[in-house]
Amino acid sequence: MDWEYFLELLLGGLTRGSIYALIALGYTMVYGIIELINFAHGEIYMIGAFTALIVASVLNYAGMNHVAVAILAMVAAIIYSCAYGFAIEKIAYKPLRNAPRLSALISAIGMSLFLQNYVLLAQTPDFLPFPSLIPDFDFWEPYAHIISSQEIAILATTVSVMILLTVMIKFTIIGKAMRATAQDRIMAALVGVDINRVISVTFVVGSATAAIGGVLIASHVGQINFYIGFIAGIKAFVAAVLGGIGSIPGAVLGSLVLGWTESFFTGYISSDYEDVFAFLFLVLILIFRPSGILGRSETQKV
Amino acid sequence: MEPVLEVNSLTMDFGGLRAIDQLNLRVMPSEIVALIGPNGAGKTTFFNCITGIYTPSAGDIFLSVNGRRERLNGLKPNRVTQKGIARTFQNIRLFQNMTVLENVMIGRHCRTSSGILGAIFRDRRTRLEEEKVVSDSYKILEKIGLDRFVNELAMNLPYGAQRRLEIARALATEPFLLLLDEPAAGMNQKETQELDELIVNIRDTENISILLIEHDMKLVMRISDRIYVVDYGKKIARGNPLEIQRNPAVIKAYLGEDPDA
Repeated sequence: MDWEYFLELLLGGLTRGSIYALIALGYTMVYGIIELINFAHGEIYMIGAFTALIVASVLNYAGMNHVAVAILAMVAAIIYSCAYGFAIEKIAYKPLRNAPRLSALISAIGMSLFLQNYVLLAQTPDFLPFPSLIPDFDFWEPYAHIISSQEIAILATTVSVMILLTVMIKFTIIGKAMRATAQDRIMAALVGVDINRVISVTFVVGSATAAIGGVLIASHVGQINFYIGFIAGIKAFVAAVLGGIGSIPGAVLGSLVLGWTESFFTGYISSDYEDVFAFLFLVLILIFRPSGILGRSETQKV
Repeated sequence: MEPVLEVNSLTMDFGGLRAIDQLNLRVMPSEIVALIGPNGAGKTTFFNCITGIYTPSAGDIFLSVNGRRERLNGLKPNRVTQKGIARTFQNIRLFQNMTVLENVMIGRHCRTSSGILGAIFRDRRTRLEEEKVVSDSYKILEKIGLDRFVNELAMNLPYGAQRRLEIARALATEPFLLLLDEPAAGMNQKETQELDELIVNIRDTENISILLIEHDMKLVMRISDRIYVVDYGKKIARGNPLEIQRNPAVIKAYLGEDPDA
């Protein structure tokens, strides 16, 4: 067995999985709080990538230093996506909070289509080249054939985001309010938690992680268009369901499993069937363990 | 003296069903008032109206605190809690997957001011505030006698302790009025006795008025200053424990009409 190739696939799968995780977190957090699959979440990710592209192009043109461009583009993408996430909840979901769940779901699909077409009209239907925001580090050159410095940066960012998120949810007051709301919304309100605020915060945090994921992938892949949110969104959704929707550790685990499945199957069998393997896996999980790997009943939501 | 809670002709309709009919009720400062009545009399609905879960169809609810009188109709539950009313439920509604300490800390949430930015950047003010929340929560748990359970998950507590934790969490919101919905439900005699000591103690030391729904008549008669009796959403009697025990309308509502009378 070729161990170096195996290692490459392992690390490739890890990178891929960690990006899915950044997006899947938004799905699972929103589901944990209001039991809604936010289908517009993939579009938030796409809008994050577009914002970063615009900001980075302008700043690169102005001749700014690479690191500053990367940071500013990322920050702009986060702020812009958060604003979208916040507005989407207020416009499309809040008025339907007490309506049947199907209504909110349809509203989510409508929002997703609207945003895709809005970006299609406002920007372009074609693929746009995305500048590489993360430079290749020279000192990493000898190992770059196993894992590139881009991938290292992606992993490092993802891990730090997840640590931050865990700390926030576990230890801060707002994190506790989120968990309380997920468990019993009325009771949370009765001990003084402002439910609307908690829901807004959940959407904003989910949008921020999606934007980070969007910028990282776009920079890694090198091109974007209005449609990238759809497939990334579906994959992240699969990952969230794999892990057990509503569970944060589940979303991360599901994403890693999905990343490795894709990586190993494409590496050892054929890359033509990448999506087939991902969805085949979903079908198998849904048949044999419908509540996901970390079933919802025994794990903590949010 | 001005009543802490003043409810004037409160009415609550669900479609054609009138669950509460023109109910008047007052709770004075540091008073323990009991609301009793047969099952389905509208007692819990009354609590839901006061705490903002339901918006009453008619009538007014006023809360008077430190000389300020405010109308509570139509406020959201979290706003009512901020104004100073806390409650417990007849079926235990703790945050089961959170620790005892966390359950109480959530109650402190409404008395804090740092927001999401504070949570992310962890500035000095936020950190001080969070430290204070933890120490306040410890104090409440000590007072209620749950300090040995602080880091247990709420779902692992014995039944009586879960009931006390609900009260601790309600106290954490710093209420002026505490609504207890069947606090003694499912408790044995010893636990019930400890509970009424706790309730009286809360009234005496914290200056909190208490309105409780309870079916355990011994408990009600022991601790209440005044009792309201409701049936089919209407008030049928009001008075001190002795008066209520002798009231014919109450006896009729509880035992039914005497066929020979």
